[in-house]
Amino acid sequence: MSLFDRDRGLNVEENLLFEKGTNGACGVDLPEPQNSKLRTGFPAREKVGLPEVSEPQVMRHFVRLSKLNYAIDTGLYPLGSCTMKHNPRLNEKVARHPGFAQIHPLQPEGTIQGALEVIYTVQQWLSKLSGLPHVTLNPAAGAHGEFAGIMVIHKAHEARGKVRKTVLIPDSAHGTNPATAAACGYETKTIPSTKEGTVDVDAFKNMLNDDVAALMLTNPNTCGLFEPRAKEIADVLHKAGAYFYCDGANFNALVGRVRPVDFGVDVMHFNLHKTFSTPHGGGGPGCGPIAVTEELAPYLPVPKIVKHGDHYHLVTEDKNSIGRLKGFNGQFGMAVRALAYMMSHGADGLRQVAEDAVLNANYILSQLREQYHVPFPGSCMHECLLTDKLQKDKGVTTGDIAKTLIEYGIHPMTVYFPLVVQGAMLIEPTETETKASLDHFIAVMKMIAEKTTAGESEELHNNPVSTPRKRLDEVRAARNPILKWASQG
Amino acid sequence: MRYLPLTPKDRADMVAAIGVKSMDELYASVPQAARLTKLIDLPLHQGEIEVERALSQMAAKNHPASGRPFFLGAGCYNHHIPATVDHLIQRSEFLTSYTPYQPEISQGTLVAIFEFQTIIANLTGMDIANASMYDGATATAEAALMAKRVTGRANIHIHGALHPQYREVIETYIRNFHDVKVLDSAPDANASCVIVQTPDFYGEPQKLEALRKQCTETGALLVVVVNEILSLGLLPPPVEADIVVGEAQSIGVPMSFGGPHLGFFACRKEYLRQMPGRLCGETVDKDGRRSFVLTLSTREQHIRREKATSNICTNQGLFALAFTIHMSLLGEIGFKKLARLNHEKACMLADRLAQVKKITLPNKAFFNEFVVELPVSASDVVKKLAAHGIIAGYALEGGKLLVAATEMTSKEDIEVLAVALEEVCQHAMRKEVA
Amino acid sequence: MSNIPAHLKYTEQHEWLKLDGEVATIGITDYAQAALGDLVFVELPAKGKQVKLGDAFVVVESVKAASEVYAPISGEIVEVNEALAKSPELINSAPYDGGWICKIRASDKAELAKLLDAAKYEGLVG
Repeated sequence: MSLFDRDRGLNVEENLLFEKGTNGACGVDLPEPQNSKLRTGFPAREKVGLPEVSEPQVMRHFVRLSKLNYAIDTGLYPLGSCTMKHNPRLNEKVARHPGFAQIHPLQPEGTIQGALEVIYTVQQWLSKLSGLPHVTLNPAAGAHGEFAGIMVIHKAHEARGKVRKTVLIPDSAHGTNPATAAACGYETKTIPSTKEGTVDVDAFKNMLNDDVAALMLTNPNTCGLFEPRAKEIADVLHKAGAYFYCDGANFNALVGRVRPVDFGVDVMHFNLHKTFSTPHGGGGPGCGPIAVTEELAPYLPVPKIVKHGDHYHLVTEDKNSIGRLKGFNGQFGMAVRALAYMMSHGADGLRQVAEDAVLNANYILSQLREQYHVPFPGSCMHECLLTDKLQKDKGVTTGDIAKTLIEYGIHPMTVYFPLVVQGAMLIEPTETETKASLDHFIAVMKMIAEKTTAGESEELHNNPVSTPRKRLDEVRAARNPILKWASQG
Repeated sequence: MRYLPLTPKDRADMVAAIGVKSMDELYASVPQAARLTKLIDLPLHQGEIEVERALSQMAAKNHPASGRPFFLGAGCYNHHIPATVDHLIQRSEFLTSYTPYQPEISQGTLVAIFEFQTIIANLTGMDIANASMYDGATATAEAALMAKRVTGRANIHIHGALHPQYREVIETYIRNFHDVKVLDSAPDANASCVIVQTPDFYGEPQKLEALRKQCTETGALLVVVVNEILSLGLLPPPVEADIVVGEAQSIGVPMSFGGPHLGFFACRKEYLRQMPGRLCGETVDKDGRRSFVLTLSTREQHIRREKATSNICTNQGLFALAFTIHMSLLGEIGFKKLARLNHEKACMLADRLAQVKKITLPNKAFFNEFVVELPVSASDVVKKLAAHGIIAGYALEGGKLLVAATEMTSKEDIEVLAVALEEVCQHAMRKEVA
Repeated sequence: MSNIPAHLKYTEQHEWLKLDGEVATIGITDYAQAALGDLVFVELPAKGKQVKLGDAFVVVESVKAASEVYAPISGEIVEVNEALAKSPELINSAPYDGGWICKIRASDKAELAKLLDAAKYEGLVG
């Protein structure tokens, strides 16, 4: 497959490394093995199935691939509920300190006190920001944090003598919520939303009984709204002997400005890769710490960190704990990055983060509410929700709007989520955007609305046309899965 | 504040454009009692100089592997990472991009995932691999859950020495399902899977033919766990398996006190629809050009919700890329060479330690890790040697010490360890005599 | 306007049924396949399986959604349309014909009274 005529200027076409041909090249220089007798008990492996290329080829391959990617460092990335804020490079620098990168989790405690200090300090910060006294950094991502939190709740019910069967989840919730409840052995019951986009509290009260173990609530919710009756919901829950789990994916609206403990939360998770800027990396790693009340603290996963005077100690066995969630400790490297971010912002900076995030989202909402349908009245928090209702009868959908944004150099917002609204467009600019960047986005969105009104839907259906690839045949990918490269010869 | 671009004028203009009187009005839906009027009791913002100084001070309290004899393994290994790897993963387009849900502008990430999936499938001898899991331990637990879904059976059997932390994680994942048991016996008609780690926790490579036979006869799935992925450059691929999972941290990923690491998950193609995690597949775009896209998403949580194959969403993307880059640099020739070098270093270590009186080496075989039996408490030895700047290995029960050697282990390191152990053993012998 | 053949029976969950003596052929309607979009996979039940009225016994998947198909009557599954394994798109192109899903030997013919006729189903989907 020759690509000799497909590059144009700085735009590249790039094959797979496996297609670069085997020619005995190698991108590392290693000492020659002695080929002495093997003591593995097996004959040596013959073929592995890897390419053979030099270092310059590897560098060029991946640099060329990187040119096919959009990123936060490229432009606005207004994905609702993802919090695509700037990723400070100081965080990368400190995480690479050999004292952090080259330590093994099983080293004697006296040789890794600084690592335990980092984890303990991040726990303290998250505890203060949430108002919940006890924190664990063990979960590897938000969904893993949800798992930890619901497992803790399950253990608490066991300790009280009655395991309950059901978890209540609003219909607007992210899919990880019901998936997590099922993974913990619970049945899910769905709470409807009101036409204002918040939880139907009366319906919720009717669903409460002594078989409900917990409520999983995202607050602010996935429609970008703060649940105004959250405290009332918490009180009713607690009276029924159930626990309040808060999905903290949208904590960026609250950090430093509102503490979840003050609206009755018992357990919440954080996404360090959202609110605390650790980089998304094309799909991870994340880090999903949870914070809990005093009552739930005994059930937290192992390992736990305790501090005696100036000395930190890792506790790896605890019969009250839900057990171990993953190997070794949590995503330590992400904890270092998050700590650098927290210390850089401080209490004053973090409060400003929340305010600017909320301000930016409301500014976009205020400037687009004429051209786009706004399903829920009033202001929003750190993200705003629009739909394609005004464009649909001209044949233009949320999908077309998203693909047109791509054509005009902007990553789309979150589309078709939450499911409670048809044609949802969830826009979260974050606090690290300038006003000029927001004005640019607003202008492009207005232009799309105008093109729709002018009947130019065909252009919108064809977008994007200027990108490395146009719209893909996803049906073909699913009907005939090809999940690895195989040589054709 | 250097990361916050809005100026006071911007804020005032925007507040006016929105039509509210102040920021406070935008928090009106939050009950008054929950709105904080003062700053939270935490330090105020700091510049790079102060933040770097504070974190460097914490880092300085730790003893990194570089610059000292280092023999710890047990599922996390001290390997070299070429400079190219760390440089490339810091490119903005890889570091600061999101999950590739809009494929038209994320072919870079998607091609890299496709290459990762191909490499893992080839390494393990399986048909398909996913885009990564959190780590080897959670990948193993997810494999057990998948075996339960596929077979409809309750029990999970473990054969031989599985990493104790991996076993703990499986037990956490099933603790609320009372009909599920973790057993060490041979599989029967209630077995969903047999899990075997190779090389096992004590470094001993495992033969799989007998287990394959048992699984075929009973209908259980054979799950093979590999947590030193470099071993697949010297040992044969576990083609007898139905599912192969494990830890790929050894290639391209720093030890980093235990995380982030890199779980991998591969299996035979007939189990495709029960696989957890993200999958990248090949297709074409409107112009017929080969393209890549996340596919078969109906297995996942954002579509299937409570019926999903797993709740996993974010995985270990950037480190799957690091692994792919490192494997590309190593290639067919370098990967096998590196594996063999690791084994030869371990042989050198074994030979030298065998010379130390009163030490025995119980392993019949090993790749790059094995057990050393000391005449004294291994945990005492580890503590003592750490005070002298030697990370001696992982203390098991009694006098058993688990030691690993890699391409980073030098002849001098081995000599330092051997001399230190000789001293400890002589001291013990003298105590015995006394 | 979706196609609703007059000679078939329907359910509120958009299944159709055609009875031949004891055995009923089951599928999903034109309205349903249009709403789902291009199908990529059908999770077929096993032959010989017993189902009860209302059981979720088949899953049809498009790229962005997975939908359950509910048994319109109780009975034993005597045949499944193996062609759907290779060509799920038959449900899109011929939902009442080549896109049939399975055949059930009815265990309780009284259940047939609960089904909707074409006119009633048309009233539902408009």
